[in-house]
Order: sequence, then structure tokens, then C-alpha cells
Amino acid sequence: MIELHELRKSFGAVRAVDGVSFVARDGQITGLLGPNGAGKTTTLRMLYTLMRPDAGTIEVDGRSTAEDPLAVRRLLGVLPDSRGLYKRLTARENIEYFAALQGLDRGEARARADWLIETLGMQDLAARRTEGFSQGERVKTAIARALVHGPRNVVLDEPTNGLDVMATRSLREFLRRLKGEGRCVLLSTHLMQEVAALCDRIVIIAHGRVVAEGTADELRAVASEANLEEAFMHIIAAADKSSAGGAP
Amino acid sequence: MSPALTVYIKECRESLRDRRVLLNSLLLGPLLGPVLFLVLMRLVVGRELEKAERPLPVVVINAERAPELIASLRQMGLEQKPPVADAELAVREQRIDLALSVSADYGADWRAGQPAQVELIYDSSRREANSDVERLRGMLESYGRRHGALRLLARGFSPAIATPLVIATSDTATPQARGALLFAMLPYMLVLTIFIGGIWLAIDSTAGERERQSLEPLLINPVPRDRILLGKLLATATFSLASLTLGLLAFLLVGHFMPTEELGMSLALGPHFFAVALPMLVPLVLLICIAQILIAAFARTVREAQTYLGLAQLVPLIPSIVLSVLPVKAQLWMYAVPLLGQQLAIMRLLRVEPLSALALSLSAVVTMLVAVVVFALTRRVYASERLAIST
Repeated sequence: MIELHELRKSFGAVRAVDGVSFVARDGQITGLLGPNGAGKTTTLRMLYTLMRPDAGTIEVDGRSTAEDPLAVRRLLGVLPDSRGLYKRLTARENIEYFAALQGLDRGEARARADWLIETLGMQDLAARRTEGFSQGERVKTAIARALVHGPRNVVLDEPTNGLDVMATRSLREFLRRLKGEGRCVLLSTHLMQEVAALCDRIVIIAHGRVVAEGTADELRAVASEANLEEAFMHIIAAADKSSAGGAP
Repeated sequence: MSPALTVYIKECRESLRDRRVLLNSLLLGPLLGPVLFLVLMRLVVGRELEKAERPLPVVVINAERAPELIASLRQMGLEQKPPVADAELAVREQRIDLALSVSADYGADWRAGQPAQVELIYDSSRREANSDVERLRGMLESYGRRHGALRLLARGFSPAIATPLVIATSDTATPQARGALLFAMLPYMLVLTIFIGGIWLAIDSTAGERERQSLEPLLINPVPRDRILLGKLLATATFSLASLTLGLLAFLLVGHFMPTEELGMSLALGPHFFAVALPMLVPLVLLICIAQILIAAFARTVREAQTYLGLAQLVPLIPSIVLSVLPVKAQLWMYAVPLLGQQLAIMRLLRVEPLSALALSLSAVVTMLVAVVVFALTRRVYASERLAIST
């Protein structure tokens, strides 16, 4: 379980994240939805301890990022915004490198890598150097290395970016499988279809703030729109108005 | 397995598969210095030697007027060339380098005991001919001196009367020291080898990983960043040290092909030099590698890092220039200055001059301390939030 409370982060005069709070529960897929530049990536970077919040707290399975960042990182499997691979290593070597850094011994690392290679359908890729991999092949490898330690909580920043339809489909199936295993899955996206197809709970973020939260049905009700996309547009438009200084 | 070791193994494995790293660290870096040296020495020294020994071709005009002189010159190495019509024009047009002309009155003057005249025709603006001119002038003067002394003796005087002043020369440079002068750049070459050996790994450790977007995922692992830094430093130092070792071995090999014997020099480029220089330079390898990583960490792109590190390579030139231009006497404190100390020690090793254990340990300890300080600085840079962010 991931809990964010009143998170704030500024870069100079820019308030990238301005009081974000939400909870992502185990056995659910939580979608962080918002337009580009809304503060999604910064929020996630604070969650996986790459950045320190100016204010606010984050807990993962009850562990605080401020007090024990290394423990939090062990509890998380992260597919960050940057997902570069080592092109002179094979896909398997990339995965096993991260396994070793996660503290797995050689045998465990091999077994986990085998399991992920099979589950993600990467058998043909495993022994190849990652130079020249397609976008989909690269994302698969990056996901495999992020989950090599079998984390309870999975965080993905725009996971389907650049993927074709087939790759997107198989990724969604894989995320549902993680959810089925009782894991907490948190993903960020700017795509409506993504949350509609996948997420149990949706957190809409704009201008560094949470502007709406709930299931797809709840959000449609709040915005009194039948279509989720219309509801999203409605909510974002309202947030734009209030952040511009107008009446809410 | 400790995280630093994991990072170390991965960095080494990846670098061994990188043709660019192999070319730089294991071929170009180690061979550049020795090969450059061999070529330079052969060119400079070889030409001097050649000139001193080969026959000196000179166009001689009116040789028949001074047969005795010409015969004597030929004994000294002169190669008589047939006369040309207009010697001055021929020299000006660069058809010949040098002509010797015997004057019409030569025979008469010589017999009368008057100064007999010969004329040298050459172009002093043509520098490559100058050593030939000097050589011929020397031959003529020695011929003149010899006959002057004979004439004095014939008249019952001691030739010493005509020599009121004698210049005695004693060059205190030992043959080894003369060789080391030629090798004044060798310490820099070795330091450059250290630089080149580690440069790609140093760049790759931050700027390279950031550019390829792999730094952020790496830093999300539950490993303190200083362990990652340590692993990267050790990998960089390994390649740097490999480059240095190969470079030293190449210098040993090159030492055999150096025409030092002919010049009456000897250079202590033997196994002893290797055995002392290699361990002596290890602290410097660590210092240079961590400094390279620090500098590269400030660069946003690989290209930028290359530029910075290219400039950094010029820093060790400063002690080299100081040592070769200023005839400073080695003082103990100089060994405490990283780069200067090691370069000084290499010079002394080459000259087979004594090198105290105190000087060596002072150099090692201070260099290690500075390396530790730079490591601490780099650690702070690594701890910064902005390190990983590529966008």
C-alpha cells in the first residue's frame, strides 16, 4: 500500500507538486491521470525516493521514504520515466544486474529472471544484446528488471508510452495479473483509455494538485457526464479556472 | 555480493564489449607515447648520427691548385664533386648545397708563407646545409692549424706561442642525465596514458548513463549511491591501470630500439624502472580516475564531458614544463604535490639517481589523501537530486 500525504515540491518559483494526497491500495490498480506537466512524474519521483519532498510524507507498506529510503526502494518495483537499458548487455544480463543490486543471490536472480522472461514472453530476446531492441521489447526488459525482486508495490510512469496496440494489450494483461496477485499497482498516464480500461481507482491531478478522485463511475457522477473522457475534460477545465485565480 | 562489486563487474564486462573503450584504453593510450617517442628519437637523433658519419659531398672548384689540401680533406671525409660553371648561381638555385673554391694565388701564397685563400660558397638561410658548412669549416681550420704549427716548429718556435688561450670543456651531465633530458616528456606521456585509459568509463559513469537514460533506473535500486560510485571508480581505475601497465611495457620495449648507445647515453628503462614506477603511480591512477568522474558528473552530455576531460588532460603538462624549463633542484616538498611528485620521481628513476623512501611515501600518502578528498566531493555530487534527472 502506498500513502501520500500533502506532498509538495518546488523547482525555483515553479510549484511542480502542490499538496498531493492519495492512497493506492493492495489488489488494486490506481491510475494517476493528468495532462502533461501536471506533476505526475515529480510525484512518482518523490515516491521512489529519487527526489526529496519539500513537505509532506510518503509511506509504502508503513515505511517512510524520509526515514528509510532503502527499505522503501526494496518494497517498490519501478518503471521510471527514463527506461534506458545497457545496450552491450543481453536482456537477461540487464535483468540479472538489477537482481544483484536488489540483493538477490545468483540462483534466485536466475530463477526470477527465468520466470519473468517466460511470463513476459521474452524467450527470443533473453540472450540478445539489447542494442536494436524495439520500443516494446525495451519496455518489456525494463519491466522485467524492475520487478525482478518480486515487489509488493509496482509503480509505472507512463508505461504504455510508445507501445503499439499488441504490446499495450499484453502489458495490460500483465498488470491485471499483478493486481490478481494482490499487489498494489500505481501507474501514471495522460491517456483516458488507459485508466478506463485498467484502473480500479483514478486520481486526477492538475497543476500539482489532486482535483478529483474515485472510481470511473464516481468521477462520471461528480462531473455529471456520461462519458469518462468528457468527465475528465470537465474536471480539468474546472481546475484550470480555479488555479487561474477565478471562483471555484 | 556487495553492491560495489556488482557494479564493478558489470562496468568491466560492458566496457570489455565496447570497441571504443578497448581501442582507447588498451591500444591507443598505451602505444601513443612510446611510438611517438620512438619516431621522434629516430628522426632527431638518427639524422644527427647520419650527418656525423656519412661522407660530406662538396663541389670543389680548381682543386688542382691545392692537391695537398684536397687530399687531406678527403681523408677527413670529404667527397669531391666535379666543379660547376657558376657556383654562386648553383647555390642560389639550390642545385648544390655547398662549394669550395681555391683561389688563383693559392699555390704562390702557400709557398711564400702568406695566408692562402679558399672560398666557401653557401646559403646560410638554408638551415639544413648549415651543419655541412660547419663540418667543412672545421676540417679546413684543423688543416690550417696543423700547418701553422708545423711552420712554427720549422722556425724553431713552440706552437704554444700561437695558442695563448685554451678552452677546456667538461660537461657534467652524465650519459644517463643527457638521456633523461631527451626523455623530459616521458613522465607526461605516462600520465597521459593513465588519463586515456579511464576516460570512457569516467564519462560513461554519469554523463553516458544519463544520456542513455539508464541512470535513473540504476539509482532506484536499494543501494547507497556511494557504493555505486565506488564500483564505477574501481572499474575506471582498472582500465586506467591496465593502460598504464601496457604503456610501461611498451616503453621498456621501445627502450631497446632507441639509438641511445650511439649517442653515449643510457636510460634506465629496465625492469627496475617498471617495478618501481608502476606501484608508485597507483595512487595517482586513483586520483586521476576519481577526478575524471567528478568532472564528467558536471557535464550534461557525453560530448560536453569529452570537452572538459580533454582540457583536464593538459593539467599534468604544467609540472612537465616546469621540470624541463626551470632547472629546479628537487626539494622534498615537491614530492608532496600530486603529479609533480610522480613526474619528478620518474625523472630521477630514469637518471638512476637516488630516490629516498621518504620522498616516495610522501608522494603516495599525499596523493591518496587528495584522492579521498576528491572522492568525498564526488560523493556529494552523486547525492544531489539533479544527478539522475535527464529531462
